[in-house]
Amino acid sequence: MSAEQKKPPMISVQDLWKSFGDNHVLTGIDLDIEEGSTCVILGGSGSGKTVLMKHMIGLLKPDRGTVIVDGEDIVPMDDRDLERVRRKFGMVFQGAALFDSMTVYENVSFALREHSNLSEEEIRAKVREKLAIVGLRDIEERYPAELSGGMRKRVGLARAIVLDPKIVLYDEPTTGLDPITTDYVDDMIVTAKAELHVTQVVISHDIASSFKVADKVAFLFKGKIVAEGPSQELRHNPHPDLQHFLQMWFAKGE
Amino acid sequence: MTTSDLESSPKRNPLVGLVEGVGNGVLGVFQTVGGLVSLAASVVVWALRPPYRLQNLFAQFDFVGVGSIVLVSLTGIFSGMVFATQSWSAFELFGAESLVGPTVALTVTRELAPVFSALMVTMRACSAMCTEIGTMRVTEQVDALETMAVNPVQYLLVPRVLAGLCMVPLLTMIFDTAGLFGGFFVAVPLKGLSVGTFVLRTQNLLAPADIWEGLSKGAVFGFTVTLIACYRGYNARGGAKGVGQATTRAMVDAALAVFIEDYFMGLLFHG
Repeated sequence: MSAEQKKPPMISVQDLWKSFGDNHVLTGIDLDIEEGSTCVILGGSGSGKTVLMKHMIGLLKPDRGTVIVDGEDIVPMDDRDLERVRRKFGMVFQGAALFDSMTVYENVSFALREHSNLSEEEIRAKVREKLAIVGLRDIEERYPAELSGGMRKRVGLARAIVLDPKIVLYDEPTTGLDPITTDYVDDMIVTAKAELHVTQVVISHDIASSFKVADKVAFLFKGKIVAEGPSQELRHNPHPDLQHFLQMWFAKGE
Repeated sequence: MTTSDLESSPKRNPLVGLVEGVGNGVLGVFQTVGGLVSLAASVVVWALRPPYRLQNLFAQFDFVGVGSIVLVSLTGIFSGMVFATQSWSAFELFGAESLVGPTVALTVTRELAPVFSALMVTMRACSAMCTEIGTMRVTEQVDALETMAVNPVQYLLVPRVLAGLCMVPLLTMIFDTAGLFGGFFVAVPLKGLSVGTFVLRTQNLLAPADIWEGLSKGAVFGFTVTLIACYRGYNARGGAKGVGQATTRAMVDAALAVFIEDYFMGLLFHG
C-alpha cells in the first residue's frame, strides 16, 4: 500500500496561471492525477476546463507554473519534445473530430501509418482489435458521416488508443448527446479504464456522468480548483459554489 | 477608458473616427502580412523536414495542376483570340498587322499566362483548399492531427503550397501554348495573315527571357495564392459562417496579391 502511495502522479499540474489579454482563465491550478485512475474535471462553461486540458497536452503554454507528465516538465519543451510527449496521449474530442474525408479504417489506422512501420496486415489486425475494445465491428469501410453520434465517439476512442497511450483525454464526451447515448459513452469510458489500464482525464459539465465514471472529481470554478475528491465525498463538500452548481443541476434534472 | 470616453462624448471629432478607422485598417494589413510571412517561413521549414509524404504531395499536384488543365487551356485560347482580335483592329489602322503575333506572344507569356493561371487556380483549387482546411479547423480535426503528434502545417499546408509553387508555372506554359494558338487562329485562318509572317515575326520578337519571366511570376503567384488560402482556412473560426467568411477573404486577398505582385515583379524585370 505504501509503495503505491509513493508512486508519482501521471499528471501533476502545479500553480498554473494563464490569461488571454485581460481574461484570467486559470489562476493558480494545482492538480495531481494518479496513474491508472479516471479524473473528471468538472465545471461550468467558461470555467477554463478546456484551457487546462490543452496545457496538459502542451497545446498551450502557461504564463506561470509547471505541468509534469509522466515525470517530465512539458512547459519548457520545444515542438520536437512535445511531439514525443504527445504520443503518450490519446484524445477524444467533443465532436469526435474524425477526419471526414477518410473511412473509419483510415481514421483509426492514421497514427499507425504515421508513427510505425507495421505491415498492412498488422495494421488491419490492430485496427480490428481497437474497434473490438470499443465494441464496434464491421464498420471499417464506412465514413464518419454515416455513423451515429455515439458510434463516432467510439471510433474517436479507438483512434485515440491505437498507439497504446498511457493517458486518454476526453473533451466533453457527453455534451449534446441524448440520455441513452450518454450512458453508452459513460460505459465506454468505464470499460476503457478496465481494459486498457490507462490514466483518463475527462472534461465535463455533466454531473451525473462525471460521478459515474470518475475515481476523482476536481471542481473548477473561476480558474481555480475549489474542491476535489472521490465522487461521494464531493457531493457532501460544503463549498458554496460547488453546492450551487450541484443544486442547479439536480433542480434541472427533476 | 479614453476610447470609451471619446465614444460617449457628444463633441467627438469626426477626424478621430477617420484616423482610428485608417489606423485599424493599416494594423489589419500589417497583421495579415506578418501572419503570412511567418506561416510561409514555417511552411518552408516543415517542407524540408522528414517525413516527406509524397502521396499527399502528388494528390495535390493532381488536384491543383492536372485538374486545372482544361480550364487554363480554354482561358488561354480565348484570351489569345480576344487579344489578337483587338490588336488586329488597332494595327490594321497603320498596316502593321504582322505585329499581331509578337504582340499576343509577348503579352501572353509575360503577363496574361501567369496572372490568369494563378487566378484560375485561386478560383478552382484555393477556394476548395480554404474551405477544407477551415472546416477541419472548426471541427477540431486540425487539433486532432496535433494531438496525434502530426504537425498540421507539414501534413496539410506543405503539399498544398508546394503544389501551387510547382503547378502554376506548368499551367503558365500550357496557357502560353493555348494563348499563342488562339492568337494564331484569329490572325491566320480568320484574318488571312500568312503562316510564315506570323511565325517569323513572333520568333524574332519573342525571347526565352520572356517565357522565363512568365514562369517565375507563375511560381511566385502560385506560392502566394495557395499560402493565402491555407492561411485563411487555418485561422478560420466559428463554424460554417466563419469558414465561408474565411473563403471569401482568401479569394479577395489572393486575387489582389496577384495583381500587386505582378506590378512589382514587372518593375524587377523591366526596371
